[in-house]
Amino acid sequence: MTKLLKVVGLTREYPGVRANDDVSFSIGTGEVHALLGENGAGKSTLVKMIYGLEKPDAGFMKLRGGSYAPPNPQAARAAGVAMVFQHFSLFEALNVAENVALGMENPPKMRELAASIREVSENYGLPLDPDRIVGDLSAGERQRVEIIRCLLQDPKLLIMDEPTSVLTPQEVEILFKTLRKLQSEGTSILYISHKLEEIRALCDGATILRLGKVVGICDPKTTTAREMAEMMVGQTLHVPTREGGEAGEVLLDVQGLNFVPSNPFGTRLKDVSLRLRAGEVLGIGGVAGNGQDELLSVLSGEAKTGRGSVIFDGQDVSHMGPNARRRIGLLAAPEERLGHAAAPNMSLTENTALTATIRKKLSKNNFLNWKKTETFASEIIKDFDVRTPGPGSAARSLSGGNLQKFVIGREVLQAPKVFVVNQPTWGVDASAAAAIRQALLDLAAKGAGVIVISQDLDELMEISDHFAALNEGTLTAPRVAKGLTVDEIGLMMGGAHDMEVAG
Amino acid sequence: MIAIVKRPEPSKFWTIATPIFAVILTMILGGLLFAAMGKDPVAAIRTIFWDPLFNEQFAAYSRPQLLVKAGPLILIAIGLSIGFKAGIWNIGAEGQYIMGAITGASVGLALYPLEAWWIFPAMVIAGALGGFLWAMIPAILKTRFNTNEILVSLMLVYVAEQILASAALGFLRNPEGNGFPGSRNLSQIPWLSNPELIPGTGAHWGVVAALGAVVAAYVLLNKHMLGFQIRLTGESPRAARFAGVKDKLLVMFCLGTAGALAGLAGLFEVTGPAGQISIDFGAGYGFTAIIVAFLGRLNPIGILLAGLLLALTFIGGELAQFMLGLPSAAIQVFQGMLLMILLAMDLVVNYRIILVNREAA
Repeated sequence: MTKLLKVVGLTREYPGVRANDDVSFSIGTGEVHALLGENGAGKSTLVKMIYGLEKPDAGFMKLRGGSYAPPNPQAARAAGVAMVFQHFSLFEALNVAENVALGMENPPKMRELAASIREVSENYGLPLDPDRIVGDLSAGERQRVEIIRCLLQDPKLLIMDEPTSVLTPQEVEILFKTLRKLQSEGTSILYISHKLEEIRALCDGATILRLGKVVGICDPKTTTAREMAEMMVGQTLHVPTREGGEAGEVLLDVQGLNFVPSNPFGTRLKDVSLRLRAGEVLGIGGVAGNGQDELLSVLSGEAKTGRGSVIFDGQDVSHMGPNARRRIGLLAAPEERLGHAAAPNMSLTENTALTATIRKKLSKNNFLNWKKTETFASEIIKDFDVRTPGPGSAARSLSGGNLQKFVIGREVLQAPKVFVVNQPTWGVDASAAAAIRQALLDLAAKGAGVIVISQDLDELMEISDHFAALNEGTLTAPRVAKGLTVDEIGLMMGGAHDMEVAG
Repeated sequence: MIAIVKRPEPSKFWTIATPIFAVILTMILGGLLFAAMGKDPVAAIRTIFWDPLFNEQFAAYSRPQLLVKAGPLILIAIGLSIGFKAGIWNIGAEGQYIMGAITGASVGLALYPLEAWWIFPAMVIAGALGGFLWAMIPAILKTRFNTNEILVSLMLVYVAEQILASAALGFLRNPEGNGFPGSRNLSQIPWLSNPELIPGTGAHWGVVAALGAVVAAYVLLNKHMLGFQIRLTGESPRAARFAGVKDKLLVMFCLGTAGALAGLAGLFEVTGPAGQISIDFGAGYGFTAIIVAFLGRLNPIGILLAGLLLALTFIGGELAQFMLGLPSAAIQVFQGMLLMILLAMDLVVNYRIILVNREAA
């Protein structure tokens, strides 16, 4: 196979993080090449450079033997590189043909365009009517609009960013047929995903990224999912260190929970079951976007689920809102600090009142006691070493790590019976992260149940008694963390459900 | 090059200082406008801002007008500000104001010529209820069908105006009015009227209600859980849901309160200064109150001051038309400038404007 695109030594640095570090790989003509890696591994940065959205700090690219350094996406498209993004940029009020025309530099007449859309959609087995309004289309059909928009430009290289994350299994089948047809015509495809079975089914070659570096190149047809998962997760995993504590009473019991989020980009939770005992830390791993936010919202009470699906301390809480759950001791801290866990423009005192009025009795007859609230805010600031001028400062004036300490402290100091936290140390410096983890362990030692949802496997291995992984909205059965091997963890979160997990 | 940098926290100094600067800037630019029209700018500004209160000749007449005009503006603006704080944009207060006047007046006129002390209180309740129910239409449509409350509440203003015309010409028309449109003059019927409480001040029950609303709104927003939830919803809807705010109930409360207060304002107006239901009863208080709410930065005390200021420009504007022959359009431009400048100056509350070296940037 002749090489279509060669990437040599690409490096891109952002303040404080090296997103790509000396990345090299190549794609042959008519090859479907997978770019594999966890969230934050540097996949997005890499394709942004190929598509002309970012410029590399070092390294170079070659397209069909010639030098290739696109200053912007227009130049990339002119060179024959097209990209289908994970989130679509379509106008819902316009029809398919109009949307396609908007993305073109020199759109032809509407009637001609509609005809060529029909032709391309028939040729590639992508059923799509150019006259339909985009607002009425399913996610899969919208993706076809984006794909056809790319195909009309007759690309040599098609980049697809997690294309199957919004598709039904049937739509995935259709998409794969299209991609194979393109491949047979000599179009190369750069396919970004973390779903291993998909890649094994579709791709000819794979480059695996971890923490910005290429950690492996393999042929997915001959490599097992287990081997790829291992490369993706890396070998540097901490071996679980925590003894499974004395099994206390069951505090939280979730059985067969199903949940369809109202957000169309959300992930459905499918038949999620878990049991949390007093004194236990349950770590939930998995790549972002596999249902983490949704799981937190059904436990916090922001989303309600079917009767009997969430039992807390022997009581059915599935129909209760967040405050009713707080009253009986089920607290949560969501991932997004600004705008979800805290209101950016409000002071820390006001942000304390956001969740703490009930358990800390900060209000009387619904009148807030601001003095008492400020005292509690100061207590959080002191106990959790939050660096800020004082409780009167706006939440948005704090650094990410300090605000995270505040958010965790606010909940931990309310002495929860069960505490659910999503990404407790995301974007937090090492010492603050250690302090937060210690606080979670102390909480469990006092007899509370803690659920930590995180993408940091090292963190989960350090603090969990039990470990489970979220995968496209399903949760694996929790297993005792101690003794889990790197292989097993990789497989639990890698998406190979149908494969027998040894041990 | 000039760069605009977001402040970590809103500037306390500029929050208070911008309205004052805005008024001064409006005076300067307005003065230029009046000068360009060939009028003496100093005289014009003095006529608008000073004469209504202190001119020996007219002040006796125009001073009470200040409270008469400011009362309904403040009352309506307080209600609107509660919704605006939560990000709920009721711009149909004019319709709620009209409906409050019609329902209140209907109760009073239905009981005519009965004489009893409870009639006026019953009319007050009916007025508030009329405005409340009219505002419930956009509220229910929003919570049930996710319609846009801006459009629905605005369109309902025109519906209310048609109902007003039909009331003035039909079911509320004065049977002893020789066929002229308009209801009986409520202000001349002792049990139905809303008289001036302290002679020479212009203060009627509506002014008392406005002051009460200012205090109540201040307490609600600063001390009460519900007020906190309102502010939280406006700041960050997702955080509000996390805090357990029932968002649909909040929409109902905000629109309902605004409607009830606007209805009250309408009732006090129809029984007092306006005197009767007539085709041209809706004088635009409901729309001007939106300006008052923003001019007062959605803060109850600010709204009190903004209501007084705007009432002053109204009275002063009329005076300037009468005394200096300024066209009413020029006065409206002047009032519009005030709002535009104030909103534009909001920038410095949340942002710093700094000069940067192009090389360094």
